[in-house]
Amino acid sequence: MTMPTSALTLLLQPSWNPVETLRMLLSYHFMQNAFLAGTFIALLAGPVGYFMVLRGQSFLGHALAHVGFAGAAGAVWLGISPVVGLLVFGALAALGIGALGERGGRLSVESDIAIGTVLVFSLSLGLLFIRLASSYAANIYAFLFGTVLGIRDRDVVVIAVMAALGLLVLAVIARPLLFVSVDPEVAAARGVPVRLLAYAFLLLLALSVAVAVQVIGVLLIFALLVTPAATAQQLTTRPALGIVLSTSLALIVIWLGLSVAYFTDYPVGFVVTTIAFVFFLLARARRGWRANAWRPARIARAGGVR
Amino acid sequence: MIEMWQYDFIRHAMLAGSALAIVAGLIGYFVVARRLIFTSDVLSHVAFPGALIAIILGVNPLLGVFGFALLTALGMGTLAGKTRANDVTTGTLLAWVLGIGVLFLSIYASGSSGANSSAGINVLFGSLFGIHAREAWVVAIVGLLTTIVLLSIARPLLFASLDPAVAASRGVPVRLLNIVFLILLAITIAEAVQAVGALLLFALLITPAAIARRLVARPFTGMFLSALLSLLFTWAGITLAYYFPYPVSFCLTALVFVAYVSVVVVQRVLRQRIYQRRARPAHAPA
Amino acid sequence: MDMKQPVIEFEGAAVTLGERTLWHDVNLRVLPGEFIAILGPNGAGKSTLIKAILGLIPLSAGRIRVLGRTSHRGSTEIGYLPQRHAFDADTRIRGRDLVQLGLSGTRWGLPLPGLRRLWGGDRTARAEAKRVQEVIDLVGAAAYADRAIGELSGGEQQRLLIAQSLVTRPRVLLLDEPLDSLDLNSQQAVSALIHRVASEFDVAVLLVAHDVNAILPYLDRVLYIARGQTVLGTPHEVMSEETLSHLYDTPIEVLHTRDGRIVVVGQPEGVAYHAHDHAH
Repeated sequence: MTMPTSALTLLLQPSWNPVETLRMLLSYHFMQNAFLAGTFIALLAGPVGYFMVLRGQSFLGHALAHVGFAGAAGAVWLGISPVVGLLVFGALAALGIGALGERGGRLSVESDIAIGTVLVFSLSLGLLFIRLASSYAANIYAFLFGTVLGIRDRDVVVIAVMAALGLLVLAVIARPLLFVSVDPEVAAARGVPVRLLAYAFLLLLALSVAVAVQVIGVLLIFALLVTPAATAQQLTTRPALGIVLSTSLALIVIWLGLSVAYFTDYPVGFVVTTIAFVFFLLARARRGWRANAWRPARIARAGGVR
Repeated sequence: MIEMWQYDFIRHAMLAGSALAIVAGLIGYFVVARRLIFTSDVLSHVAFPGALIAIILGVNPLLGVFGFALLTALGMGTLAGKTRANDVTTGTLLAWVLGIGVLFLSIYASGSSGANSSAGINVLFGSLFGIHAREAWVVAIVGLLTTIVLLSIARPLLFASLDPAVAASRGVPVRLLNIVFLILLAITIAEAVQAVGALLLFALLITPAAIARRLVARPFTGMFLSALLSLLFTWAGITLAYYFPYPVSFCLTALVFVAYVSVVVVQRVLRQRIYQRRARPAHAPA
Repeated sequence: MDMKQPVIEFEGAAVTLGERTLWHDVNLRVLPGEFIAILGPNGAGKSTLIKAILGLIPLSAGRIRVLGRTSHRGSTEIGYLPQRHAFDADTRIRGRDLVQLGLSGTRWGLPLPGLRRLWGGDRTARAEAKRVQEVIDLVGAAAYADRAIGELSGGEQQRLLIAQSLVTRPRVLLLDEPLDSLDLNSQQAVSALIHRVASEFDVAVLLVAHDVNAILPYLDRVLYIARGQTVLGTPHEVMSEETLSHLYDTPIEVLHTRDGRIVVVGQPEGVAYHAHDHAH
């Protein structure tokens, strides 16, 4: 996936003029598509990731990304559209994990085991499909790490529609979902359908993965889901602001990632994850520094109250 | 059954697979008890950049995997601070490790005259049937040594896993045991890379232990049951893969998956039956 | 001057879980403003009683009427504080948001600023923010309401949770071991707060407790559950050697210390301990 970029590097150098740089970036159709698709994915991954992190379901998101591998490979074997395979497999796995790992409270060891088992099984299923379809190693890598530069116009439309659909559903369930994520028992007593929301969110997570797999790949969608959201939650404790921050970070990360990858030799996935990780470390360091600064006051207050 | 034993590749697969299965089954019991499922998944993924950088640098891939897995384990410990490594830090680190994997892959791919070799794929998915005699013996011996170390620290490790605070107060070196355990886990993953692949090791690591914990409550019985189940899955998987045209890793994980789902479903049905049987006499007098 | 209508009525209520009848023939009428403690050994079904009022657990006999209606899920007129462990240290949500969720967490969809103004909803939003601030002030949590809930101490979390259960202005408050895991000072402060809420706002409070002493000065009545039976009465009627010995069917000593504390000695505690803590 780096081949086109390295070839282009000789022709293109970033200009100090930002307008000029932007014009250069968007002068090729495949880059326009990459930016559009990346934007839609970030718009969905930001909010969904926020809830994923809040609910402590990072492992689940990671596993659903792997399920995407089986879905995409299966679709290739059957000769159908990868999006269909991704959606069907994602939904099945989400419901299966929910049924296997469900046990009253969330975050039990049992659900981790269910997630892990489904994860491994989907991986090997994906491998089987690839063997059956007799694809080459390159195809595996395409699924695992995406092909940012090969997005067609039709893909962009599909991604935009699915992202809009996901956002719409999320907007409808956002407040009860927040309630359930923070305080499941009281939410249940107040008549919020806890199980329905849990499954709805699993399906949303599967949808986000399905949307993103073609562009940034099975293994890296996870980076876009978890890291901006984790960073946002380090920076703010306000839910609405957190969702906005998470989405903005996802957007910044993917735009920067695409731009840097365009002008240098580095693959998009590496740039995206590294920038995201640096943001996370900075946010953590800031919080750690502020916590240290507050410490004397906190001790004094704690001592005063007790 | 007997005819397959005349092939070298089956004998090597059986040797390496068995050694790995036993270690994974035993270590997996602790992984589950210590709730390190996500962590061990991350360490398995780390094998990918680890092996690639080793290939790029021209050293033994095992060394790269082991070093990377250990570094990541330490990184997670640092990021998590004093609290237990949590979901978010684990996930964030995992995301970055995968990104590094992509970088190494691109360096590797452009270095080897653009040919997309399957080395990376093998790291992730392994090739149990492609293993050579020497590699099989290395896996077996490393596996044996790991097992011996693990069994010798099993009791304090169990104590420290279940109740770290009390164990520490009783003089168990909890921190040291944590580190030793992570090293053992890293070794196991490095060892597994050649045989079943890093990602599929996970099937032997988590699920047999989970099934064993569902079936028995005694820790040592559970540990050995976990190793035994893991061994049986491996043997059955290899046999199936010999007779059917599917990859070993698929046969193995499919077996494990079916076994896990069956145990969960059967236990749920049984529990519901017992519940209903108990409920009936209580209703009768009323 | 007419009599106050009862807010909660139990009529011969019973709950059976599996083969075990937790309690039966419970008759109870709770009036507005009453502060009632539910006491009893572990596994006696104290939390189950609360959940039955909430409509989360079905009755096997009798009925429970809350505010004149059969108990059902999702009433805003019941404030509920479940028995719980502390929030995860990583819960990066403000205490204020937790309280706010008690008000708006059950609503689907998003508040859209433009539309809201059309419907006059902007005023509603401001009124809600004010209401949230009121309950936060009421429980004395204003100083830390804007910090992440996971960073707060157990007592601070508990105050915010009480604020959450009060934010809908309920007429019934069900508190499941709110004093557990609090230190003595916080226990007394939270008890006084609950008492104030009950008397000032005429809220009926049912509070599950392990130890009666922190709430003893404020209690109107006690419901004691043990061995499937219940006893109802004033604290001193119920917490007597005669009543408890009869209830447990074994000699029980009740000691009164000089500072007015009650110590119960000899009850067969822990009989069903494991069944309660792990099964439910």
